[in-house]
Amino acid sequence: MTKYFSFLPILLLTYITFAQTVISGKVKDNKGRPIPGVSITIKDSYDGGTSDSTGKYAFKTTEQGEKLMMASSIGYYPATEKATLTGTAVTLDITLREEPNELKAVVITAGTFEASDTKRTTVLNPIDIVTTASANGDVTSALKTLPGAQQVGESEGLFVRGGTAGETKVFIDGTLVNNFFFSSVPDIAQRGRFSPFLFKGTVFSSGGYSAQYGQAMSSVLLLESIDLPERSSASLGISTVGLSGGYQRLAKNKKSSWGFSYNYTNLLPYFKVVKQKPDYFHVPEFHNGDFNYRLKTSKTGMLKFYGYFNLSNLGLRRPDIDSSNLKNAFGLKNFNVYGNLSWKEKLGKYWKMNLGLSYSTNTDKIQNELQDQANSKQGIIRYPFSQKNFHVKADAQLAVIKAVFERRLKGLSMFRIGGEYFYNKDNSDYSSDSILHINSNASDHLKAAFTEVDIYVTNDLAAKIGTRVEHSSLLNKANIVPRISLAYKLGDAGQASLAYGNFYQKPDNSYFTRPYLFKQLQYSMATHYIANYQKVSRNYTLRAEVFYKKYHDLIKTLPVINNYDSLNNNGYGNAKGFELFWRDKKTFKNVDYWLSYSYLDTKRDYLNYPAAIEPNFAARHTASLVVKKFVTSLKTQFNASYTFATGRPYYNIRYDQPSNKYRIFDEGRTINYNSLSFSVNYLPNIGKQGASKFTVFVFSVTNVLGTKQVFGYNYSYNGMVKEAVTPTAGRFFFLGCFLSFGVDRTEDVINSNL
Amino acid sequence: MKKIFLFFAITVSSAVVFGQNEKYVKAMETNIAQLDSAMMNGNMAALSNNFERIGDAEKNQWLPYYYASYCTVMSSYMEKDKGKTDGIADKADELIKKAETIAGKENSETCVIKSMIASSHMMVDPQARWQQYGAASTANIEKAKALDPTNPRPVYLEGQAKFYTPESFGGGKAPAKELLTKALTMFDSFKPETKLHPNWGKATLQYFLAQTN
Repeated sequence: MTKYFSFLPILLLTYITFAQTVISGKVKDNKGRPIPGVSITIKDSYDGGTSDSTGKYAFKTTEQGEKLMMASSIGYYPATEKATLTGTAVTLDITLREEPNELKAVVITAGTFEASDTKRTTVLNPIDIVTTASANGDVTSALKTLPGAQQVGESEGLFVRGGTAGETKVFIDGTLVNNFFFSSVPDIAQRGRFSPFLFKGTVFSSGGYSAQYGQAMSSVLLLESIDLPERSSASLGISTVGLSGGYQRLAKNKKSSWGFSYNYTNLLPYFKVVKQKPDYFHVPEFHNGDFNYRLKTSKTGMLKFYGYFNLSNLGLRRPDIDSSNLKNAFGLKNFNVYGNLSWKEKLGKYWKMNLGLSYSTNTDKIQNELQDQANSKQGIIRYPFSQKNFHVKADAQLAVIKAVFERRLKGLSMFRIGGEYFYNKDNSDYSSDSILHINSNASDHLKAAFTEVDIYVTNDLAAKIGTRVEHSSLLNKANIVPRISLAYKLGDAGQASLAYGNFYQKPDNSYFTRPYLFKQLQYSMATHYIANYQKVSRNYTLRAEVFYKKYHDLIKTLPVINNYDSLNNNGYGNAKGFELFWRDKKTFKNVDYWLSYSYLDTKRDYLNYPAAIEPNFAARHTASLVVKKFVTSLKTQFNASYTFATGRPYYNIRYDQPSNKYRIFDEGRTINYNSLSFSVNYLPNIGKQGASKFTVFVFSVTNVLGTKQVFGYNYSYNGMVKEAVTPTAGRFFFLGCFLSFGVDRTEDVINSNL
Repeated sequence: MKKIFLFFAITVSSAVVFGQNEKYVKAMETNIAQLDSAMMNGNMAALSNNFERIGDAEKNQWLPYYYASYCTVMSSYMEKDKGKTDGIADKADELIKKAETIAGKENSETCVIKSMIASSHMMVDPQARWQQYGAASTANIEKAKALDPTNPRPVYLEGQAKFYTPESFGGGKAPAKELLTKALTMFDSFKPETKLHPNWGKATLQYFLAQTN
């Protein structure tokens, strides 16, 4: 018995005599810099320490023998070291390797502006788009305050770095959108069809973009739709241009949601108050509605459907430029349906899948008439009047399928492979007094495949290398292009990027449905070279970019017989310039502002240009200042923006019989463009938590000073009469009130949906 | 003889088990006692590491990770470089998820931490983020209150949020005082499950309450 008891003190004794070992050392990164706040632990024990601001640590332990020491810190790969603990002091210096980190890593930014919540450091965020004073809730109008885009007021679209609006393509959730803007009206820029509140992310690339996107020579605008709403809600809006209502329902399990909205726009009351230059015989009237369904298919998967329709009607009358007593009446009816289905899913540990499917059909019915002073139709057989009584019914359909598979490689590196299939069918039915019917169709199967790899050599050096192959059945030709960009981090917040790539685009669909005597078309192509420097910190953003762009095989129209042209691809051009962007959220208290400047030097020989000349959509210097200030005590946000652009060239280019060539008969430069805009958003319920109703009042004025703006000149057929193209009214006013129930929709500041 | 040996073996082994538990309790008590001083000295990150070590070694106690997450989110509030805040808050989120996994489900106290984590993300860029993170913060406060109506911490956090919200947004001293006073009486009657369970907040509450006068 005593035997056993004698055993106990021995046990106790060993416990007591456990020696304490002091472990100390220094933690450094692979560049030898000390890392503070690193946790050093003896595996499976409570003992450990934390490194101080000089990277030093020290702690005592009663553990004995060979043990594993673990060191870990946010942003570093954990490290394990062996140590033998015997009671004598141990010195253990540890080196940690930096983990590749999306937040810290260099980002390829050449040519790209991003506005999103998903990345935590971006130049703009989605709210910036709707609170830009000059934008009136239109996505592309807001982007025009960034460097690269031109201030073109007479037609819609983004004219980027010497490119036409047709060279910019818009993608929603990865798939190409046809007819992103409302159908064109002569000399009046139209808005985008889609509300900015549909999108949580916007990427505006003014060049050098990824091999995932094609058929755009100048620029892509990538829009990413929102996911599940925070909660169910209903909304109502009333404004000077119309009414809107909507409903969103989030399922109880928060896994799915559906919703719809409807907008009715009628400019009749507004035009009664604010005089417009054209005489509207049918004031613009739009019915549009949408439906959405979103489903969380798994922890990481998301399926989204968005459907949209539009029915609109407008008609306006202006004096006919070719006579002193006649009028030209233009009527447009548009019907548009758009559907987009996308599915994102993680496949296993490494793969990610993005599938997209979209379909759109668009019908424009245009009726143009020559009228007398009593607004009755005049049939005059003599040129040019014989051309002015016509009907066009243009149908365009586009179906897109896109699949992208992404595999994670080591660190942040990534490999992507995917394909796209586009089918478009265009039909044009033209009839006039002199021509009974011309019905022409064109359809194309365009197939594309691409592969791309993002290589992060270190956190500081990254490359994106891709290639894209396309084949169009209509052109019966294939193309293959390289796309390369590099980014290198300089110091803490600064980085430099380079981008190079070739960008093919097939001629606009309308070239295939219009009657030309001779057309043998191929792809047009642009080559981009871009160098960029960017420094982004929490309160400041500085960007500087230089670019050179070379155009090949642009479309040329050639006179063969008087009114019937031919087309070929002998056009060319180039564009070079530099751009600056500065954003500052700190210097002035509660004021956030940005400044952008673009210098553009471009020439091109395309369409009927007799030589390579500065195109009429390009201004040499463009600058914008955007200012935002929220005054808490007034619960009001004040926004102002000012844009300046030097005059653009204009030409009167006509066919010259003797030389059988196009010739410039008159040319000049428009006056400089100035526009000051102002908007106020008043949010009376802001901050009231759990308020069942949320209200936003919006008031905005575009071109506050009523500065005269000239976008170009129209000429009579013989060049004798020259008329300035100007906005339809000096200023644009907007007043609206938006209510939402059951949800705080502060961001719904200017949901105007004109 | 055999019986005695068996008895002895059981005694020793239970002593070992008891010793292990005692070691855990002692380590936790030591670290919990340092919460206030660490806050003053800005040592929350180091204290968080201590709790995390205990959590890693114990593997079936949720409280060490809970405290590690609490310390981490507090240190994210104190971080001056806003560029680092998100990373620290993400770490806190990782820790509270570990605590919830061990606990088997979320509880009132873990929801309090999750609300604090959302607030931390929000404060990096309030104007752009309050829509997303403000809603998440409020939702977790509501959940914390629902899961344990006697828990004073969600009420205290609500009062603190009101304190920092401008008057024109429905915040200010008066509504803050009302909530803080309510939370104070709740603190007085609140009994933590064990001495290791969360019982923080009263001192800072009193600090804020004093400011509302």
